[in-house]
Amino acid sequence: MTNTIAVQMSGVVKRFPGVVANDGVEFELRRGEVHALLGENGAGKSTLSNILTGLYRPDEGTIELNGAPVSFSSPRDALNAGIGMVHQHFRLVETFSVAENVVLGNPDTAFLLDTAAINERVKELAARYDMAVDPEARIWQLSVGEQQRVEILKVLYRGAQVLILDEPTAVLTPIEADALFRTLRAMTAEGRTVIFISHKLDEVMAVSDRITVLRGGRTVGTVDTSTTNKRDLASMMVGRNVEFTRVQRKTPAQANDVVLHVENLGAHDDRGRDALHGITLTVGRGEIVGIAGVAGNGQRELAEVIAGMRHTTTGSVSVEGKILQSGKARAAIAGGVAHVPEDRLHTGLAAGHSVEDNLALKSYRSSLLSRFGLLRRQAMRDGATELVERYDVKTPSTQTAVRLLSGGNVQKVLLAREFSTGPKVLIAASPTRGLDVGAIESVRERLVEAADGGLGVLLISEDLDEIMSLADRIAVMYEGRIVAVIPADKADRETIGLLMGGSQLEATS
Amino acid sequence: MNNSLLIVILASAIFYGTPLLFAALGGVFTERSGVLNLGVEGMMLIGGVSGAWASQHIGGSAWFTVFASILVAMFAGGLTALLHAFLCVTLKANQTVAGLSITIFAGALGLSSYFANVWKVAAHPVTRPIRKLDVLGLADAPVVGPLLFNHTILTYVSWVLVAASSFYLFRTKTGLQLRAVGESPQTADAMGINVVKYRYFHTVLGGMLAGIGGAFYSLAIVSTWVDGLTKGAGWIAIALVIFGFWRPDLTLVGAYLFGALQSLGTTLKARSFHISGDLLDALPFIMTIVVLVLVSSRFAHKRLGAPAALGVPYEREER
Ligand SMILES: Nc1ncnc2c1ncn2[C@@H]1O[C@H](COP(=O)(O)OP(=O)(O)OP(=O)(O)O)[C@@H](O)[C@H]1O
Ligand SMILES: [Mg+2]
Repeated sequence: MTNTIAVQMSGVVKRFPGVVANDGVEFELRRGEVHALLGENGAGKSTLSNILTGLYRPDEGTIELNGAPVSFSSPRDALNAGIGMVHQHFRLVETFSVAENVVLGNPDTAFLLDTAAINERVKELAARYDMAVDPEARIWQLSVGEQQRVEILKVLYRGAQVLILDEPTAVLTPIEADALFRTLRAMTAEGRTVIFISHKLDEVMAVSDRITVLRGGRTVGTVDTSTTNKRDLASMMVGRNVEFTRVQRKTPAQANDVVLHVENLGAHDDRGRDALHGITLTVGRGEIVGIAGVAGNGQRELAEVIAGMRHTTTGSVSVEGKILQSGKARAAIAGGVAHVPEDRLHTGLAAGHSVEDNLALKSYRSSLLSRFGLLRRQAMRDGATELVERYDVKTPSTQTAVRLLSGGNVQKVLLAREFSTGPKVLIAASPTRGLDVGAIESVRERLVEAADGGLGVLLISEDLDEIMSLADRIAVMYEGRIVAVIPADKADRETIGLLMGGSQLEATS
Repeated sequence: MNNSLLIVILASAIFYGTPLLFAALGGVFTERSGVLNLGVEGMMLIGGVSGAWASQHIGGSAWFTVFASILVAMFAGGLTALLHAFLCVTLKANQTVAGLSITIFAGALGLSSYFANVWKVAAHPVTRPIRKLDVLGLADAPVVGPLLFNHTILTYVSWVLVAASSFYLFRTKTGLQLRAVGESPQTADAMGINVVKYRYFHTVLGGMLAGIGGAFYSLAIVSTWVDGLTKGAGWIAIALVIFGFWRPDLTLVGAYLFGALQSLGTTLKARSFHISGDLLDALPFIMTIVVLVLVSSRFAHKRLGAPAALGVPYEREER
């Protein structure tokens, strides 16, 4: 049944102040297919899907659904027409429970809320699609990975016929991603259609039937997945040939010259339960230590404790031998800890403020940027302009609010700021999540460059390939414990994958 | 026994707390939808003057007059709130400024006093005030009489309203959606909830309840019109919304606490305690400031229910 056209978008134009996000996009979706949407950061993928879901209104162009022209003036229209979206930036009510979020706005929900029944139904739905989430948990208590599942559940609960997933796997482990792909397959088998936005070429090749590539707001072309390969796709995306090479280290890591020492660390999660159990870990000068693990096994808590954003219950964190005061972010910053958090837009940046202000956020106290407590605007502006150029941030100006930037550019702003403080240790949580091929390369190069310059890096990532290609040593976290630390040259995917899943280490040397 | 100081203070706490409770419940609805309403005082005054006017001009049985005056006060308060909703939701104005403008524009030196002048409301006392009832003939029963069976009809309505509001907010689908609109309008919108409609409706509802609160002053407490007769009750109501953590039940507790403070002056003076009247009059406002300082911690806001999008206009084409 892959021949009937479900959605046809032609000549779609969407302008924002300073940018043309979509510039005459052509897009055709056949019923029952998984259609991947590829493109660099800022290519206009999210914008196009927001138009299809009625969140944005196109300035020009037409949309046809099952052959009939439609014009959605709100997401409600789109939902009623059977088009649902899992957003890249989650749309969840933080103080509500999982189940409440799932049933929110559903016309079929009875006027009187029967919480027990709702919880039960959501639990069943979650189980059916192999997604582990507690329907009664509050959203703010969940990891990003778990929140993502709630987003997917929401759309499934609505019974949407066309599902748009904006970088859904960015927050999933390989195992979780495989489960998601099975879910997608099950859905397309039922005749549903999936638009799948991702930067990961492997994934796109594995899961999609057809691929449409966007560049600079225009359609470069649509290809059948079976007749293309990663290299071609990459060059379609960036308009030139891309090499997939491992970044080379110039200076070897000095694991014995410890810069970050974590000793017997314990901490609670947001619900007050033990999330970390006696974590002991060192990072040497110029060393990149990767933390592998399935989301929600204490990685977030570990990062937050080191960054001074969470109190310890036992143990200590020290940088260059000096113990950091627990739960004091400013002490951590002063001690030389830089932090790229999991949730960039909320924890990492002041989303409503300009690029310039965000870049100055950690160094505004330095004499360079302020005098007698007053900010030196010109110096901030110059500093910002330089950083924007150096880190290749695509933004209309340094005055643009960070939340208006595309996902990849948001991350670049954050990295630029963290490196600009001259840290001794960097805690990077999924630093390349949601970035395009080019941006990933450049972020990785920056990390390696910084490590070459003597920075100790704790790289927390659910992307095993990333850890395998960057880390000098790999620590695997499972249920709040470090279950193994393996030198990178002795590590292989299978072993680490098994450890991440909780298997004991026996078979390896 | 019913004359003991404690009973008298408790009974008058309920009496003086009733208008605060109405206005604050209105505030709970408005703020739950994400709209900050600093215009409560103005809406109460508009409700007060229209209620008094209606009471003087609408004939029929005494009950009918009372009923009709309350309806008129609700309508007037709701109309004022409609202006607020238009400014905040449609024009996306700064909600603090919009609310303050409404209070100044409609308040003691503004529209309410102008109407009072034009309609000559202050010239006559209200001849058909809202009276305290003797429910089931139990008004004189020891202790429970003055506390439970000797109130105005509006007090009883307010009790039903508190229960109904709690039920509405936390047990119904519409309540869930209302809270979603106040917490994250982006999410609500994406889920197909009409943010604008919810905000308009609950802002107007809040204004109607504030209107009733105002009418309680002109029809029950003072029983005549005096310019600015609510004397800042609207501000206390705004503090009460926060004090009650945006929950109807706690708001009731707060309203009676402040009701007690407000009535203390009259009660004590009647018993010839010698205490500075100014100090007593200032007490509720001092408490208001104390409460606002105590509960405005980040912890209180995050954990105890301040709508996350409170005071933020919703614009769709934004991240
Ligand atoms: N609401 C908005 N206001 C202003 N500019 C916007 C807005 N939304 C998107 N843009 C701009 O439009 C362009 C396309 O953004 P879009 O989010 O569609 O990119 P994307 O392909 O999804 O990128 P990414 O992979 O980084 O998520 C970017 O330059 C972005 O900064
Ligand atoms: Mg995007």
